[in-house]
Amino acid sequence: MSKTVPQTEEIVPAPNAAQRSEDASGRASLLGLLTANLRTSGIYIAFVTIVALFAILTGGTSVSPGNLTNIVLQYSYILVLAIGMVIVIIGGHIDLSVGSVVALTGAVSADLVIGHGYPFWVGVGAALVVGLAVGAWHGIWVAYVGIPAFIVTLAGMLLFRGLTLQVLDNVSLSPFPRSYTKIANGFLNGLLGGYGYDVFTLLIGGIAVAGYALHAWRSRSARIRYEQPVESLPLFGLKVLAVGVVVMVFAWQLAHARGLPIVLIILAVLVLVYGLVTNRTVFGRQVYAIGGNQPAAMLSGVKVKKVNFWIFVNMGFLSAVAGVIFSSRMNGAQPSAGEMFELDAIAAAFIGGAAVTGGVGTVVGAMAGGLIMAVMSNGMQLMGVEQQMQMVVKGLVLLLAVAFDVYNKRRAGASS
Amino acid sequence: MDDHILEMRGITKTFPGVRALDDVNLAVRTGEIHAICGENGAGKSTLMKVLSGVYPAGSFDGEIIYEGRPVAFHGVRDSEGVGVVIIHQELALVPYLSIAENIFLGNERRGRGGLIDWNRAHAEAAGLLKSVGLHENPETPVAQLGVGKQQLVEIAKALSKNVRLLILDEPTAALNDSDSAHLLELLRDLKERGITSIMISHKLGEIISIGDRVTVLRDGQTVETLDVAAGEVNQDRIIRGMVGRDLDAYYPHRESHPGEEVLRVEDWTAWHPTQDRKVVDGVSFTARVGEVVGIAGLMGAGRTELAMSIFGRSWGRNITGRLFVRGEQVQARNVPEAISHGIAYATEDRKRYGLNLIEDIRRNVTAAALGKLSRRGWVNGNEETKVAEASRRSMNIKAPTVMSVVGKLSGGNQQKVVLSKWLYTDPEVLILDEPTRGIDVGAKYEIYTIVNRLVADGKAVVVISSELPELLGICDRIYTLASGRITGELPAEEATQETLMELMTQDKEVSA
Repeated sequence: MSKTVPQTEEIVPAPNAAQRSEDASGRASLLGLLTANLRTSGIYIAFVTIVALFAILTGGTSVSPGNLTNIVLQYSYILVLAIGMVIVIIGGHIDLSVGSVVALTGAVSADLVIGHGYPFWVGVGAALVVGLAVGAWHGIWVAYVGIPAFIVTLAGMLLFRGLTLQVLDNVSLSPFPRSYTKIANGFLNGLLGGYGYDVFTLLIGGIAVAGYALHAWRSRSARIRYEQPVESLPLFGLKVLAVGVVVMVFAWQLAHARGLPIVLIILAVLVLVYGLVTNRTVFGRQVYAIGGNQPAAMLSGVKVKKVNFWIFVNMGFLSAVAGVIFSSRMNGAQPSAGEMFELDAIAAAFIGGAAVTGGVGTVVGAMAGGLIMAVMSNGMQLMGVEQQMQMVVKGLVLLLAVAFDVYNKRRAGASS
Repeated sequence: MDDHILEMRGITKTFPGVRALDDVNLAVRTGEIHAICGENGAGKSTLMKVLSGVYPAGSFDGEIIYEGRPVAFHGVRDSEGVGVVIIHQELALVPYLSIAENIFLGNERRGRGGLIDWNRAHAEAAGLLKSVGLHENPETPVAQLGVGKQQLVEIAKALSKNVRLLILDEPTAALNDSDSAHLLELLRDLKERGITSIMISHKLGEIISIGDRVTVLRDGQTVETLDVAAGEVNQDRIIRGMVGRDLDAYYPHRESHPGEEVLRVEDWTAWHPTQDRKVVDGVSFTARVGEVVGIAGLMGAGRTELAMSIFGRSWGRNITGRLFVRGEQVQARNVPEAISHGIAYATEDRKRYGLNLIEDIRRNVTAAALGKLSRRGWVNGNEETKVAEASRRSMNIKAPTVMSVVGKLSGGNQQKVVLSKWLYTDPEVLILDEPTRGIDVGAKYEIYTIVNRLVADGKAVVVISSELPELLGICDRIYTLASGRITGELPAEEATQETLMELMTQDKEVSA
C-alpha cells in the first residue's frame, strides 16, 4: 500500500496562534480574561455593582457594620442550602424539599433539647442524623429506583412538612437554652481584647487573606510550571489585592459591630470544604461528568447511581445544618419554618451561573448568587420597599440571570 | 420522459466541510418500485431528505421535477401536499396516541365547529388499516404494537395523505422475517394501485425480489441505475457498483506480527432491552496482541450492541456468553469491571456517549481513569494537566491548550480526545466503534496511524466499521456480522469488498 499522506483539511486555528499568544506575552489581557470568563466573572461584577448600588441608595446604611452582621446572620442558612443545591443542580437534578427538611431537622432538635431537656449537642447530632436519613431516602428513589428528582423531592416537600407537624404536634417550641442559640447568634470576640473594635476578628480576616494569597500564588506558579496561560503579574496582584481589601473591609466592619459571628465561621469552613470537594475530588469530578453527559459518564466507568445517591445524602446533611442554624437563630422550631427556602437556594445556584441542564456551576458562584439575593432583599428592606415589590424584583433578577446564561451558551455555540 | 413521476437532476448538497451529494441524478418511473442502495454514508438518506423538503429548496443545488413540473419544497408539508411522503427509518409515531390519532396527526378530521370528528376519523382509519392488512382497533395506542405493525401504521398514515410517491428508508431493517415479507407484499400491492415507491435498503435479496430498478450511490455520487425487473442483475452486480472505489493512499502501512490471544468471546448472546428479539446471537471471536481485528456489518446487524454488551453489559438484557482476557475467564458486569479487566470501548456516537462536550480536554481525557490521578479521593490537578498535555501532544489534538472545551473541537480532534481517554485507562484491548465516522480524510489518516501505534505497543484493537475499504485497509482479520450472527471470518489479504458484502448481506437461512 502506498503511503501518501493526505493534507489535513480540518479547520483549526493556525497552529502557531496558541504559541504566539504564549510567546508574546504568555499572559492573558484583562479584557481577554473578562470576556473569556464572562460567564464566571459576570456574577462578581454584578455582585459588586449591586452592593455599590444599595450602598448609595441607602446612604451607606447597607454596608454599615451592624447591617453587614445582620446580612450574615439572616442569610447564612440559605447559603448553606445553596452549597448543597448547586451540587444537586450540577448533577442535573433539583431538590424542592430542603425547606421542609430544614423544618423537620429543627423540630427534631427542638423536641429533644426543649421538650426533653437533652444537652444542645444531642439535638444537633439528632438533626444531622435525620438530615442524612432524609437524603438517603431521596437518594434511593432518585438513583436506584430512577424517579426524577423533581417528583421525589416534591413528594419529600409534603412528606417532611407533614412529619414536622407531627413532631411539633402543630405548635411552636421555644426557647432554646443559650448554648444552642449561640450557634446562629453568637460571636467570637474579645479573645484578644477590644479597643473599640475586635482584634480577633481582624486577625482571622488577615489569616484568611494571607491564606487566599498563598493559595492563589501557588496555583498560579503550578500553572506556569505546567505551561498554562495565567493572568499577568500586575493583574494577579490586583486580583489578590481586591479580594484582600474586600475581606479586610468586611472584617473591619464586623470588628466594629459585634465581632466574628460563629455562623460565619461555619459557613466559611463549609464553603472551603465544598469548594475543594467539587474541584479537587474524584466525587466532585464525577458529579460534573454526570451532569454534563450522563450516558458518557456511565460508559467512562462512573458509578452513576452511587454518585447520585451521595449527592442527595449530602443535600440532606446540609439541609440539617441549615435546620440547626435556622432553629438556633429563631430560638425555637415552628411548623412553618423554612417555607420557600428551596426557592431561594435554587435561585442562588442559578444566579451564580449553574446551568439548568446540569454539568455547570460552582460553590463560590452559588455563594455570590445567594449574597446578591441577600444584599438586594436587605437593601430593599432598609429602603422600605414593600414586600410585594421585593418579590417582583427578585423574580426578575432570577429570570435575567438565567437568560444571561442561556444567551452565553448560545454565543459559545455560535463561535464553535 | 413522460412516464417519469420524478426526476432529480444534478443534486449537490454540502455541509460544512463535507460534500454529501455531488451532482446526483435520479429518475423514477411512474408506478415502479425503485430501490436505492449504497454503503452507509453514500448519501441515500440525504438525497431523500432533499426530495422530501427536510432540506428546503435553496439549501442545495440542482432541480427536482415531479410529475413533469419543477418543484421547490420548503418543508415536508409542501412535499406531502403533492403526494410525496417519506417514512423515516426511525418511525415518527407518537407512542401514547392511538392508531387513528397518529394517522391523522396534523391532518385531523374536523367536524362541526372545528372539533375533531372522532367517528369519522375512526371509520376512515379502519378503512386505511384494512387496506394495509393491519387488523387492529384504530383506538389501540401505538405503543402496544410491534415494530412491524407500527411500520404499517406509517404506511396507512401516508395513504391518508393521498400518497403518490412513497419513500421508505430501510423499512425492513428492524423487522423480523415474516413482518418483512408482509411489508414487501404490501409494497407490491400498492404498486398495483398505482403508487410509486422509492425504497432505501441494504438487503439486496429484497431489492432483487420486489424492485423494478435500482440506483446505486457511492460517496455522494450516482454510480448507475440497473434494471432489476429485466432479470439481468444479481447481487454481485449491485455489490460491484456499491464498493467500486480505490483504496490507495488512505491507509498507512503496518507490519503485522500477531502474538498471543488477548480477548476471546464465546457464544455471546444479547437480547433487545425492550423488544422480544435477540440482537446478538451466539457470537464468538478473538483478538490477539498486535492485531487489528475488524467487524463488518451493515446497520442493524448488531455490531454496536455486541461491543456494548461485552463492555460491562452497557447494552441489552439476558446477556449470556463467556469472556476471556489473556486466557482467563472474566466477569464484566458493569463498566468499571470491564475497564479494570483492560477492556476499552470507544463509542460510535462520541457526542452522545463519548464526551462531556461542555468540559475541557483535560477533564475528558482523565474521565475514565481518575483513580490513577488521585489519592484517597483527591485528584492531583497538576498531574492531570500533565497527562492531558501529553495526550494532546502525542495524539496531535489541535487545540490551543488542554483547557479548551471539547464541544468546540472538530470531529477528528474530538475523536482523538476519546482515544486519549481510553488509552489512559491502559487497556489490553480497545474496541473502536466507527472510529472515523464523520471526520475528514486527513484526520482519518491520523486515526489509522494511532491504531497502528497501539498495536505496535502490544495492544489488541477491534475495529467496527461499515466502511469496507477502511476495514480492508487497516485490519489483519475481519469478521462479518449479519442479523446478530457471525457469518464469516477472513484474513484481510484474502478478503475483498465483494466477498465481505456478500457475507454481510447473507440471510439467516443461508448462514445457518
